[in-house]
Amino acid sequence: MSDVLLKVRDLKIGATVYPPSGKPHDIEIVHGVSFELEKGKVLGLIGESGAGKSTIGLSAMAYGRGGVKITGGEVWVNGQDILQQGIRDLRRLRGADVTYVSQSAAASFNPAKKIMEQVTEAAILQGKFSRKEAEERAVRLFDKLGLPNPETIGNRYPHQVSGGQLQRCMTALALCPEPDLVVFDEPTTALDVTTQIDVLMAIKAAIRDTGVAALYITHDLAVVAQVSDDIMVLRMGEMVEYGPVDQIINNPQEEYTQALVSVRSIDHEEKLPTPDPLLTVNHVTARYRGTNFDVLRNINVDLHEGQTLAVVGESGSGKSTLARVITGLLPPSDGQIDFNGRTLSPALEQRSKEDLRELQMIYQMADTAMNPRQTVGTIIGRPLEFYFGMRGAEKRKRIAELLEEIEMGDGFIDRYPAELSGGQKQRVCIARALAAKPKLIICDEVTSALDPLVADGILKLLLNLQKIENVAYLFITHDLATVRAIADSIAVMYQGKVVRYGTKSEVLSPPFDDYTDLLLSSVPEMKLGWLEEVIAHRKMESAGN
Amino acid sequence: MRIPISAMIGLFFTGLYFFIAIFAPWLAPYGMTEAVGDVWEPASSTHWLGTDSIGRDLLTRMIYGGRTTIWIATAATILSFTTGSVLGLLAAVIGGWVDQLLSRLVDLLMSIPSLIFALVVLSVMPVTVTVLILVMGLLDSTRVYRLARAVAVDINVMDYVEAAKLRGEGRSWIIFREILPNALSPLVAEMGLRFIFMVLFVSTLSFLGLGVQPPAADWGGIVKENKEGIVYGIPAALVPAVAIATLAISVNLVADWVLNRTTSLKGGRG
Repeated sequence: MSDVLLKVRDLKIGATVYPPSGKPHDIEIVHGVSFELEKGKVLGLIGESGAGKSTIGLSAMAYGRGGVKITGGEVWVNGQDILQQGIRDLRRLRGADVTYVSQSAAASFNPAKKIMEQVTEAAILQGKFSRKEAEERAVRLFDKLGLPNPETIGNRYPHQVSGGQLQRCMTALALCPEPDLVVFDEPTTALDVTTQIDVLMAIKAAIRDTGVAALYITHDLAVVAQVSDDIMVLRMGEMVEYGPVDQIINNPQEEYTQALVSVRSIDHEEKLPTPDPLLTVNHVTARYRGTNFDVLRNINVDLHEGQTLAVVGESGSGKSTLARVITGLLPPSDGQIDFNGRTLSPALEQRSKEDLRELQMIYQMADTAMNPRQTVGTIIGRPLEFYFGMRGAEKRKRIAELLEEIEMGDGFIDRYPAELSGGQKQRVCIARALAAKPKLIICDEVTSALDPLVADGILKLLLNLQKIENVAYLFITHDLATVRAIADSIAVMYQGKVVRYGTKSEVLSPPFDDYTDLLLSSVPEMKLGWLEEVIAHRKMESAGN
Repeated sequence: MRIPISAMIGLFFTGLYFFIAIFAPWLAPYGMTEAVGDVWEPASSTHWLGTDSIGRDLLTRMIYGGRTTIWIATAATILSFTTGSVLGLLAAVIGGWVDQLLSRLVDLLMSIPSLIFALVVLSVMPVTVTVLILVMGLLDSTRVYRLARAVAVDINVMDYVEAAKLRGEGRSWIIFREILPNALSPLVAEMGLRFIFMVLFVSTLSFLGLGVQPPAADWGGIVKENKEGIVYGIPAALVPAVAIATLAISVNLVADWVLNRTTSLKGGRG
């Protein structure tokens, strides 16, 4: 038992909530969680948002974020109950024995200071190393984490390295003071899949080589399966299941864990293209005003009635720009868009009301896509009023029908967006698009901001609605699991070009071009040893070339 | 819902002043310009605040003066708000050359100190209440314009505004139904502050002799009429000064409370 580093017993954490109506009051958000972590081991904490995983992670430093208080239980680090320690002792603990890697490295680094200064700061301040020793150690860590030019990268400012590199710098920062425990809080969530895999590998190797223990917090079970020894599944502040990775992935006991493991197992039979496409994007090239760089270069894709075209690619590949061109927000500099047998005007202002009605859009962030000062009834009712001139009882009846269609019921009609959950908000946005009786809905990363199970529900709803309303989707996403679940045809975009295009079975069957291969192989799979396999596979590729 | 004590005090005094302003002719014990006693009589049971420099009842002058000051300040605030916010929202939504033209024009106006600008304009124009309201309201609308535009530019890039544009909505729907409701809370809070500046502004102008013209009463004018008395220990000039200060503070307290309340509605923290 002597090698137990972190022991958490019956941890209870509370927070103060400020409801829109009524008095602020305290609630409990973590209800008595217990676990142990041995030296050199990695424990994955997994759950959807609000499960309390970050809160639990931070409690390993006896820290509570704004308004969050640890109300009960014990947290033992290296044989000491840190909840009983004063602020001076905690200060010696934080940043020295226990360190933290946050989700957004870009927001955590000070843009005005060089990377080296920030990476070594805690180690020097805590008296663990002299400046010279700390810098030597940082360079060794940069090297170990696979950063280019480890000797000199520390002299750069945070904005001079890429997002994936910065996240690795942050890992170096956390490892620099030789901590006993590192808390990784969603370190790869904000990265593209192709970058995520490199960072994951670097983190895994660094954990192995330094013998540090880690808490790895994420919502992605496939990711956590690659780096952890044990996994703890959390839901609404309570432990659902706790066990070795192998057991959680291959033999989950609890219903909730089973649902998490089998997420994205939607069965969708691919539909064959019809002779006349609904939407044809013809040789479209586009650039933003005031720039001399084409964001889209000669794009040609078709979308057929009642089908789904998935546009995949990493950030910056131009997929959202394609949506802006189709909707008319950004007139193309070359090429044209044919829709429903007619050519659309390049600019939004010149399009007819009918064109606008038949082409609707759903956004990634449902929060900002709805006016916070309008009720659900107004939000869904406005298209009815605007396009069909519906008023009064007739409108209200149709709103109720739409709410029924999105599986919410008319009790929501007078609610404000702030009173809805993330999944409900996205459903209301779907209803708003459906209200216009469109032929095509552009879905821009509609499930990316949602928890896996909620996202699953939205995808199922979209597929169902497609059957009922015969509406076509242009589905923009970076998530290949989503694509597999719903697409009929796929366009893979890279640096403003479509590099691969065809029916789902064509695009997802070998032989692959280099980029599609990279993209496909980077999607985390829910099996043990996947990460090593991919890296090995990649090495073979580069050796073969 | 609990009203904090500071807002309570603010609401009470603001309400009291507005009540007096509205019902001045019924509340005032004497006529506005009627000389009823000696010069600078001390407070007594017949003249609660004493008399002024030419023997008029000071309480009566204060009541009528409050009516004038508050009426001018309110009208000028409404004028500055309607022009400032409508133009500001328009500039934010339309953008391009309209925005450039309006914004540079506002920059130009703001580069001249408003008091000096007002003094110049009022010295060549006939000084009537209407002219005063117009000059003050338009000068102050530049500040409202700045605020409204800044707030609206942020809101204009939200997805829900884009969604409205994609739906094909006209400008008036976008401005009044999508943007304005979300810009309202900073604007309302600013309204309180602008009102106070108007009270101070009109009082300053009157004190300098270019505001409300005698024999009509207003608080700045009453300070001016009685300022000579101060050297003889006569407090008549201090009464309107205290009134101006208490009105300014109480409106501020109310504005603070409104701002806090409306932002917490959205789940923010002030």
